[in-house]
This record gives sequence, C-alpha cells and structure tokens, in this order.
Amino acid sequence: MSAPPEKTTPGWLAALPAAWLAVFFLIPFAIMLSVSVAHRVPGGFFEPGFEMGSYLRFVSVFFGQILLTSILFSAAAAVICVTLAFPFTVILTRLSGRAQTVVLVVLLAVLSLSEVIIGFALSTLLSQTAGVGNLLAWLGLIEQSRAFTPSFFALLVGMCYLGLPYAVLVLYPPVSRLDPELGEAARMMGAAPFTAFRTVTVPLLRAPIFGALILVFVFTLGVYLLPQVLGRPQHWTLSVHITDQAIFQSNLPFAAAMAVLLLLVSLAMVGLTLLLGRGARA
Amino acid sequence: MTELSLDGLTKRFGTLTAVDDVTLDITDGSFVCLLGPSGCGKTTLLRLLAGLEPASAGRVLVAGRDITDTPTHRRDFGMVFQSLALFPHLTVWQNVAYPLKIRGRPRAECRKRADELLDLVQLSGVADRRIHQLSGGQRQRVAIARGLAIDPQVFLLDEPLSALDANLREHMQVELRQLQQRLGVTTVVVTHDQKEALTMADTVIVMQEGRVQQVGTPMEVYRDPANAFVAGFIGTSNLMPCTLHDDRTLALSGQTVTLDPEDRVKAAPGPAVLSIRPEDVRLGDAGDGLPARVAFIRDLGESVQFVLDHDGQTITALFSPQARPAATLGDRVGVSFAPGGRVVLPA
Repeated sequence: MSAPPEKTTPGWLAALPAAWLAVFFLIPFAIMLSVSVAHRVPGGFFEPGFEMGSYLRFVSVFFGQILLTSILFSAAAAVICVTLAFPFTVILTRLSGRAQTVVLVVLLAVLSLSEVIIGFALSTLLSQTAGVGNLLAWLGLIEQSRAFTPSFFALLVGMCYLGLPYAVLVLYPPVSRLDPELGEAARMMGAAPFTAFRTVTVPLLRAPIFGALILVFVFTLGVYLLPQVLGRPQHWTLSVHITDQAIFQSNLPFAAAMAVLLLLVSLAMVGLTLLLGRGARA
Repeated sequence: MTELSLDGLTKRFGTLTAVDDVTLDITDGSFVCLLGPSGCGKTTLLRLLAGLEPASAGRVLVAGRDITDTPTHRRDFGMVFQSLALFPHLTVWQNVAYPLKIRGRPRAECRKRADELLDLVQLSGVADRRIHQLSGGQRQRVAIARGLAIDPQVFLLDEPLSALDANLREHMQVELRQLQQRLGVTTVVVTHDQKEALTMADTVIVMQEGRVQQVGTPMEVYRDPANAFVAGFIGTSNLMPCTLHDDRTLALSGQTVTLDPEDRVKAAPGPAVLSIRPEDVRLGDAGDGLPARVAFIRDLGESVQFVLDHDGQTITALFSPQARPAATLGDRVGVSFAPGGRVVLPA
C-alpha cells in the first residue's frame, strides 16, 4: 500500500559507476594478476602458467631497498606537502573572497602541468648552466654555479611540487568551514595565537589532514618519470622499475608482480594512516 | 571601586563607525546588559572589551589599569560566544578545563575544577561526554562553566541564550542571574531581547547606531526613557507628536493636555513626542478625551489589548482581564492617559 519514500538519488544510478569499475578496473586487475604468475619467455613475451618466480624475486635486499626508497620518498613528500599546505590553507581562507579565487585558480592551473613538464622545468631550473646556481653565485652565496640535479633534494622538490596543490584542495573545504569563533574562544581562554592553532585548529582538522597525507602519499607513489629526470639510479622508485621491466626489459610477468606489490603497499599505508588517525581521535 | 571603564572607545570599519565614542563606568560585580537592535554596535563593543577587535580610539581600563593594547589571551576574561564555540574534539570536562590546561595547571587540578564548575551549572554526570551528545541547554551550561573556569575579573557573553527555545531561555535567564549574584563577577551581556535585559541586568545600556542612548536600571529605562528611541525599543510605547507649551501644558491633536507633577518632561517647549505605555491608556465615553474607534481587540490571556484608531494614528492600550472596558469592536470611545505615565521627549 505504502510505497517506499522517493529518494532524490535513485539507487540504480550506482550501477553505472559499478559497471565502469568492473570493466576498467577489476577486469584489468585480474588480467594483471594472471600475467604476474605467467611463464616468461626470454626474449619473447609470456605464456599462460602459474609460477611464483616473479614474486620470489622480491625477497632480496635489493628489492627491500627499492621498496623502502619508494615509501620514504612518498612519505616525505606527503609530510612536507601537508606541513606547507595546512598553514597556507588556513591563511588563504582568511583572505578576501576575490583573493581566494585568484590563488585557487593558480593552484588549479598548476594541476594542468604534467609530470613531464614539471620534471624538465625543474631539471633546467636546478641545472648548472641555466639554473638557480647562477643566481646564488651572483649573490655570492656559493663560489660558482653548480647543478642541484640529479639529487635526492631535486626529486623531493619535484614530488612536493606535484603534491602540494592536491593537499591544498583537500584541506580547503574543511578549513574554510571552520568556525572562526573557535579560534577566538581559544584566545579568550588564554591561548596565545600559536597555542590556539596547535590545540584547537589542528586537532579539529585531524581527519582532513590525514586525508591529505594519504592522497599525496598514494599519488606520489605512482610517479615514475620524476625519479628518472631528477633522481639518481639509487633514487629510482618501484614505479620506475615497473616501467623499466615492462617496457625496456620486456618482462611483463615481473612488472605485473611489482604492480601488485605496489598496490598492496599503497593499501597497507592507507590502512596504517587510517588506523593512526582513529587512534589519535579516541 | 570602578572595575571596568570605557573612555571614548571608538571603532571604525572603513567609513562605518560601529562604536562611537562610548564612555562608561561599570561597577565591580554588576550585571550589565548591552541592549539594542541588530547592527547597533553592541557586539562590536563587546569584542573591543575582549580585545578581539583593536580599538580605533579610546581606552579600556580594568581597575584603573589600561588594557587597550593587551592581547586577548592575556586579559584573563571569560567569554561565552554566540555560537558557544565549544571544542568538538574535547570532552565536556576538557572543554571546561581548557583555560586551566593552557595555563599549565596539572591534570588532576584541571579535572577537579571542571567537576566543581559542572556542579555549579548543574551538569555533573556528563563530564566525559562529547559536546555533540549534549542538548542545547546543556551546551549552554558548558559554555558558561568554561567561561568561569579561571574566576575571570570580567565575564562577557554575546547573545548567549539566542539559540535556546523560549521556555528554556527564560529559565536560563534566571539561572544566569542567580549564578552571577552568587559569584559576584562583573558581567557584560549583549542582547537584542529587551525582556532578557530587564530580567537579568542591574544596569541596562541601550545602544543605537554605535552610540549609547541611555544607561540606567531596568525600571529607569522602562519608566523614564531618555528619548523616543529608548521609549520605542524598550517594551511598547505609544509615541504621539505634540507641541509642548510650557512644562505644564501641551497641545495634542488640537486638545490641550495639562500635565501632572509626576509626569516627566524632557523636552524644551516646541514640537515634542508624548510617550505613553499601553498600560497607562484609559478608555472613557466618546467625547471624553481624544476621540478614537476600537479597531481590534486581542485577548492575550493574562491581559487584553485594545488597538485604537485615533484620526489615522494607532494607539495601543493594555488592560487586565478584570478591568476590561465594556467597549466592543467599532465603538467610538474617548482616550485619556493615566497621570504620572506621561513622558514628553524631544522630537
């Protein structure tokens, strides 16, 4: 007799993204899984099979180092990006509406730059002949111009450049919704401005901060061009090795196995961060 | 001893003067209400006291000490914000103890003081809950307890009860007043609700357009308004244009009215405004006083309101049900005013 209440978003709309995910994510992932255990034909391609050989190759010091490098770079980039983006966003939301729009448009414009452009722009900027080294030498800070790339520092700068706009965009909505009276209340209660920031603003935005950390971490984990342009071979991340194996070594089973590992590592780190976030909240 | 003094305090936002040359002395331990319509500058004045806005000119003094340039966090004031501004990431007792924790008091002492304060506002038993688990009235009490945590010299409240429903609001008005009397803390409350101001305050400060219009006890501002704005804003007043001849007689709608010694004349001879409270309006037979017609009768339960039309001008009269006039809708009546209830104000 009584029909269920009409909802503004009909449930069947979910079928579309579900089908999309199945076709473009689940099926390719299944293919990748099957390739990762396939039998490699040296100098050729691969043939169906079930071998754990590719996975066994992970159990080595060499691979442990690659994995650690990947995680450390992404974790460092995530922490640096959020450390910069959080105060930046708090200050941004205090500007006039017009100024906020201008800054956000500039940030969105940065998103349109691809990894390739950022990588080569930075490698020029940090080079010996055309880079900031000349400026520093002219200022007398260093004796003569030198190259700052390839290096750990250059790669980290590149990753941070890539991740910062995402961190700001994740933080912006919750920060702009924050009631300014909360900060004023803290100051009224005797907290100096930085104490108020530390004891009220930061804890209130714990969830978005963890969200931004996860996003930048996962996002930079997939970066495969910047380490080749800005880093030394010892800075090559798992993503670079996947590219190398798949394209240059023609070892698709091993590349697929590494991709599965990368996915598992990402999931593990996301889970760990969520767990930390929940622990801090309780 | 004068606790809180404002000396020519002024705040300008661009071309707008939100608080205009306010000079006031607030006695130690008194309960003061800043009353006025929205946009009259009362909240800005409170924020100047709190140090949340820098003053454009003038000084704020506490017990003779100039605190105009003292940053907010060193003023040691308590405050309840309009939005309450309770911290959702802390429990009830942590909210109340926040001012103590900031001052580096040990945790056990914080907890003990929080429990005391929660007892004081009748909220014991919810100390470990989260803010979102409390009702509106409970949150209100938490905010008050937090504001009082450090035994502040001055306690500021910005429209503290505006989010509560009518019954709870009246209850909290009485409770807040009793609490303040018990603690004897100098308290400044901003409100736009004149009933709230009259219920709680020792002193009511009526503001309009950034200026103080009148300072007085609730009865003074009600019975003896300083000008037509105060008369119209506090309670209901019938304001009628008249011409004052001398301090005894005035002309009202072509009739000469002789004033009583108890009536108050605050205007110079010439055009003026006669202010009459609805309860001071008397009805008689037509021809006896100002001619008027009964335009509407409203039974309010505890009283009866007559809306009278005098030559296009509306006069409101209020009677107790026992003293209800016999006149009915559309009747012609004569309107007169109770001696002693008439206030002649500058036009």
